[in-house]
Amino acid sequence: MNTGDTAWVLASSALVLLMTPGLALFYGGMTRAKSVLNMLMMCWTCIGVVSVLWVLYGYSLAFSTDAGGGLIGDLTAAGLRFDLEALSGTIPVLAFAAFQLMFAIITAALISGAVADRAKFGAWVVFVGVWATLVYFPVAHWVFFFDDGNGGWIGDRLGALDFAGGTAVHVNAGAAALALALVLGRRVGWPKEQMRPHNLPIVLLGAGLLWFGWFGFNAGSAVAANGLAATAFMDTQVATAAAALSWILVEKLRNGHATTLGLASGAIAGLVAITPAAGSVEPLGAIAIGAIAGAVCAYAISLKYRLRYDDSLDVVGVHLVGGAVGALLIGFFATEAVTGGANGLFYGGGLTQLGLQAVAVAAVGAYSFVLTYVIGKVIDWTMGFRIHEEDEVQGIDVVAHAETAYDLDAAHSGGFAGAIRRVEVPKKVDA
Amino acid sequence: MKLVTAIIKPFKLDDVKAALEAYGVRGLTVTEASGYGRQRGHTEVYRGAEYNVDLIPKMRVEVVCEDEDAADIIDVVVKAAQTGKIGDGKVWSVPLETVVRVRTGERGPDAL
Repeated sequence: MNTGDTAWVLASSALVLLMTPGLALFYGGMTRAKSVLNMLMMCWTCIGVVSVLWVLYGYSLAFSTDAGGGLIGDLTAAGLRFDLEALSGTIPVLAFAAFQLMFAIITAALISGAVADRAKFGAWVVFVGVWATLVYFPVAHWVFFFDDGNGGWIGDRLGALDFAGGTAVHVNAGAAALALALVLGRRVGWPKEQMRPHNLPIVLLGAGLLWFGWFGFNAGSAVAANGLAATAFMDTQVATAAAALSWILVEKLRNGHATTLGLASGAIAGLVAITPAAGSVEPLGAIAIGAIAGAVCAYAISLKYRLRYDDSLDVVGVHLVGGAVGALLIGFFATEAVTGGANGLFYGGGLTQLGLQAVAVAAVGAYSFVLTYVIGKVIDWTMGFRIHEEDEVQGIDVVAHAETAYDLDAAHSGGFAGAIRRVEVPKKVDA
Repeated sequence: MKLVTAIIKPFKLDDVKAALEAYGVRGLTVTEASGYGRQRGHTEVYRGAEYNVDLIPKMRVEVVCEDEDAADIIDVVVKAAQTGKIGDGKVWSVPLETVVRVRTGERGPDAL
């Protein structure tokens, strides 16, 4: 066991966990004031549901010995009953299992942005459990499980590169988000009614927490405290910086103003795009990937208005598109100096790697879209996935959780109401 | 008695308050309001989507006064709230039937 590696992976696990509350704020600020609590709840409940399933069988399906074809793991690690000495590489198995758990949590949470304001809470909780089981655990096996050529079919057998989850996390969540947005349909009033973000400061706070946690996501994916981790760390920083700048540049040219929401969105697009590539490119390549992703995603988020699907908080435009851009750009910017083998087109590697990347993106995207659509439809038919229209207009926070986020109206707060009730009102005298 | 109501730009509230005080007005009520006149609203952009914001924040200042003071008070408010740019607001007055001071039960001009 390597204590340095172990310490870094444990710290990274905590960093990655923090991304989910960060995502909750990032999304929550973008919703309207009447549904921010439901948005936070959808993200936070993923921590509950996925963590429990991970111990019961999730880790085993994703990372236990391959059960055939590189498609799924067996159940020998169900329950996570390892002894203290059991290792995964240079670190304890449970450190690796904890680290990977946080990825499973946030991948499910990412989807929630597509169905803001209108998903039945109970249906969402069921969806998270079923989706993690049928979609995330297998896909994580395909991409992240390495076993000397007997691991997952995309990562270990095909040789497509995905350092920290551009396909397994972002293309996966983005494709699922598109499917679920189609299953639930548009919000009442969309796109005619104005649905402005209700709190941009918390969007920025959430984006900051995501950026901070993402160092664990990417640099932690080296699963060691070494030069590769340091490269991934620096790549993450500069790709994000470049993407934030390129998004607000597009905005300035297109709409006339650089906006806070654009800056935050650009940063997230950069983080998404560098996720698969952080272990394959040099910092200069990372700047290029970030700048390209920021600009592409800034345009991609407008697609929903043209194609008329209500992906409420742009999970498709940022995560599906950003993840695909990052995964494909590995085919151009990968360098042997970082990967230790594969080269991209710009480093004399030809088109081979680009082809493998395209297969990985298409396979994960298609599987996730189809399975999610089916899961969503079945839940809709059996328990109903959408709240009543009247409840949606009133606001899902009150209806689903019996709470409101803000007490802004003094006349309706506790302070006045108590006093008013004690006043005795004389009866009207009939003439 | 008259009720003078003024819709003004929020940043002019302090000037209007000071001017009314200097004139001798001893009480007023202020509420936040929103609306539009010829000024209309403005446009905001979120992730490339444009939103027209029609209703602009304003302050509503209300003063209850005796009949003969109303014209002067209106002049005082107009002078203090004026910037000469579009969106300065409106001032109007209406006759008032009854005023009662809640603490003492006084009625009419005595309650002012």
